Amino acid sequence: MFKILKRKDLADTIKLFEIEAPLVAKKAKPGQFVILRIKEGGERIPLTIADYDGEKGSVTVIFQEVGKTTKDLGKLNEGDFISDFIGPLGTPVEFPHHKRVLAIGGGVGVAPLYPKVKMLHNQGAEVISIIGAKTADMLILEEEMKAVSDQLFICTDDGTKGHHGFVTDVLKDILSKDTEFDEVIAIGPPIMMKIVANITRPYKIPTMVSLNPIMIDGTGMCGGCRVTVGGETKFACVDGPAFDGHLVDFDELMRRQTMYKSEEQKSLALAEERGEHKCRLD
Amino acid sequence: MPVRLKKTEMPRQAPEIRRKNFKEVALGYSVEDAVKEAQRCLQCKNPQCVKGCPVGVKIPEFIKLIAEKDFYGAARKIKETNSLPAICGRVCPQEEQCEKYCILAKKGEPVAIGRLERFAADWEREKGIEKPEKPQKLGKKVAVIGSGPAGLTAAGDLAKLGYDVTVFEAFHEAGGVLVYGIPEFRLPKAIVKQEVEYIKSLGVDLKTNHVIGKVLTIDELFEMGYEAVFIGSGAGLPKFMGIPGENLNGVYSANEFLTRTNLMKAYNFPETDTPIKVGRKVAVVGGGNVAMDSARCAIRLGAEEVYIVYRRSEEEMPARLEEVENAKEEGIIFKLLTNPVKILGNDEGWVKGIECIKMELGEPDESGRRRPVPIKGSEYVIDVDTVIIAIGTSPNPLIPRTTPGLNTQKWGGIVADEETGKTSKEGVYAGGDIVTGAATVILAMGAGKKAAAAIHEYLQKK
Ligand SMILES: Cc1cc2nc3c(=O)[nH]c(=O)nc-3n(C[C@H](O)[C@H](O)[C@H](O)COP(=O)(O)OP(=O)(O)OC[C@H]3O[C@@H](n4cnc5c(N)ncnc54)[C@H](O)[C@@H]3O)c2cc1C
Ligand SMILES: Cc1cc2nc3c(=O)[nH]c(=O)nc-3n(C[C@H](O)[C@H](O)[C@H](O)COP(=O)(O)OP(=O)(O)OC[C@H]3O[C@@H](n4cnc5c(N)ncnc54)[C@H](O)[C@@H]3O)c2cc1C
Ligand code: FES
Repeated sequence: MFKILKRKDLADTIKLFEIEAPLVAKKAKPGQFVILRIKEGGERIPLTIADYDGEKGSVTVIFQEVGKTTKDLGKLNEGDFISDFIGPLGTPVEFPHHKRVLAIGGGVGVAPLYPKVKMLHNQGAEVISIIGAKTADMLILEEEMKAVSDQLFICTDDGTKGHHGFVTDVLKDILSKDTEFDEVIAIGPPIMMKIVANITRPYKIPTMVSLNPIMIDGTGMCGGCRVTVGGETKFACVDGPAFDGHLVDFDELMRRQTMYKSEEQKSLALAEERGEHKCRLD
Repeated sequence: MPVRLKKTEMPRQAPEIRRKNFKEVALGYSVEDAVKEAQRCLQCKNPQCVKGCPVGVKIPEFIKLIAEKDFYGAARKIKETNSLPAICGRVCPQEEQCEKYCILAKKGEPVAIGRLERFAADWEREKGIEKPEKPQKLGKKVAVIGSGPAGLTAAGDLAKLGYDVTVFEAFHEAGGVLVYGIPEFRLPKAIVKQEVEYIKSLGVDLKTNHVIGKVLTIDELFEMGYEAVFIGSGAGLPKFMGIPGENLNGVYSANEFLTRTNLMKAYNFPETDTPIKVGRKVAVVGGGNVAMDSARCAIRLGAEEVYIVYRRSEEEMPARLEEVENAKEEGIIFKLLTNPVKILGNDEGWVKGIECIKMELGEPDESGRRRPVPIKGSEYVIDVDTVIIAIGTSPNPLIPRTTPGLNTQKWGGIVADEETGKTSKEGVYAGGDIVTGAATVILAMGAGKKAAAAIHEYLQKK
């Protein structure tokens, strides 16, 4: 059993949990993730390690409530326990020689972006960051990102804060004046990562994305997480989740993510019918 | 009284009923059945059956005890050499092992050794397993990686010898293939759980949710004070065919399909949270136990038509005979001498069919089986909406990659001595599917046993 040490609501549907998991905390590196299961009968879901504290023995995850499991998770409080917490999984990312990086985070994708930017900042690299959300209330980790970025641009789809529009608008704008980046890191909805990759491709700037296909074990034993990168099948849980964005087949990723759409709705509907989740309308 | 030529029948759920549920198919012998079957054993002076058993179960002895109605005694006799009899009685390929060598098989059917083993083990389970004596502690720590049959057996034996044993398991539940692969209707999970509880009652510390190579490496285990390590991490990496269309929605590896169904209990969805999509028509590619299990799960999950697509003929099928028969009774359609060449998708990227080519048997290959060769121009399409690839698995590289000094084969298996499980790295032993490639429960157990003995010898000398 793993204890929730701290809960912080970052937005209406986005929550931060600090979870006691000393062994995972000691080993975690930027780019890695955990798989958790709340209780017997629950689904195993992957969440990125947004931060970790080896001394305190804790791992921070940030999640958006999008379906049954993340909504169940969002109902837990400090002091509650979750039954399974497995990690650190995936291949860590390293940028030992990067001097200048452009980091882009969309929605809850800012959570997995943060540890990478923090690492780069601590290594002395210059980081320009762009973060975006649908609306100002859903913007996360603004202060944290500001603290580790040399420049921070903010965008909201509805214009309630920062630039009115998408992160990719700001990206285009920056690249039109300045292309001296060792890497562009983009994490967010697949469609955002796809557009970023398309924008950076003509400039030949290496572009790293982090993929989020459906996973079960996270150790390479099921193949459910397979993605096509450069024409080859890769298992995102062990070979990734970070990949060269210029080589990823995003359309396939998006298609595979919809595999259980009708089942996901059924699962949520049942929970709502039983009053486990409040319907947003009442 | 002349010896009866046929085995005593074991009651089973009728096919039309069992294809709609996940309950156990074979219901086991009654006391009368068991005694009657045990009486068929000739009690050979020089029993051949024992030679067919990878762990040398004292077969005539335990069968005699059943005939004498000493069922506890029978169970204890089996457990002298086999610590998981309720499991082996259900899943061992007896037709290729003990029963193959039974003298009675020359004229009729062999003694139903597997069914009797299961009977004795179930009888003991139901009446309550005797609490094991806590052994004298030796004050030495041993780590076991993986809780499949190899790991559980090694852990149990080492604990009985007095070692402080910790089992590290990647999944949230112990049992390996016994829980994630083999379905409930063939091996009820309550039985596996009970065996795991038994191992724990010996004092073994079971740590689930620990992926070795990620959260801890083998070198770190040594730093933590473990003096020897046994690796029983199985052959869990799924193989795909490399044909077009394998990443379409609706294509599963057997591992994923079975893990969702068995470990995550998707057959109870939405009562449990993990979904599965079975579709109306399903093609399972392969001819082993894994393929049979996938096909039989698919039928039970509500598929209307399920095909086994296998490139050789029935004779070469590696699946257990009994399971092939069961599958046929349940209405699985066998497309033999048929090989998939392409999976076809619709405009939205979902499977709509599988294109196959007919095969004929040519000259024998390295495995001694006749090589299937395609018949030119015989391609045809089977309409399906789900494809399950069950063509084998290979070892997960996670541990070898993070363990300097541990030698592996070209295909990824760990190099280990057949008799002791000793690897190229000091203090590290390995056994089961990670060494042999996908094999059987009993061979994995046997390897765990031998390694436990070798570890004991090593640590006594150390
Ligand atoms: C490596 C990785 C890191 C991730 N990191 C984060 C993170 O830091 N914060 C965050 O909010 N989300 C993260 N996700 C996504 C998160 O796992 C899903 O939102 C979550 O599983 C949804 O589950 P649900 O039951 O609430 O929703 P559902 O209604 O079941 O599903 C909603 C959508 O989530 C996806 N999804 C469903 N089940 C799974 C599954 N088992 N594995 C992966 N995706 C699934 C599907 O695309 C689905 O359409 C990550 C995913 C991956 C693969
Ligand atoms: C569907 C199916 C049906 C089968 N049917 C039969 C049958 O009827 N009869 C028969 O005799 N055999 C059958 N087999 C084969 C048999 O199950 C295997 O040969 C046997 O389970 C191998 O045992 P093992 O202990 O070596 O490995 P496994 O049972 O595979 O166990 C390995 C364990 O190690 C864990 N692990 C892996 N990597 C790590 C890590 N890095 N850290 C921690 N833990 C790790 C895994 O999660 C797993 O729990 C079947 C196999 C399958 C897949
Ligand atoms: S999640 Fe199963 S192989 Fe990646």
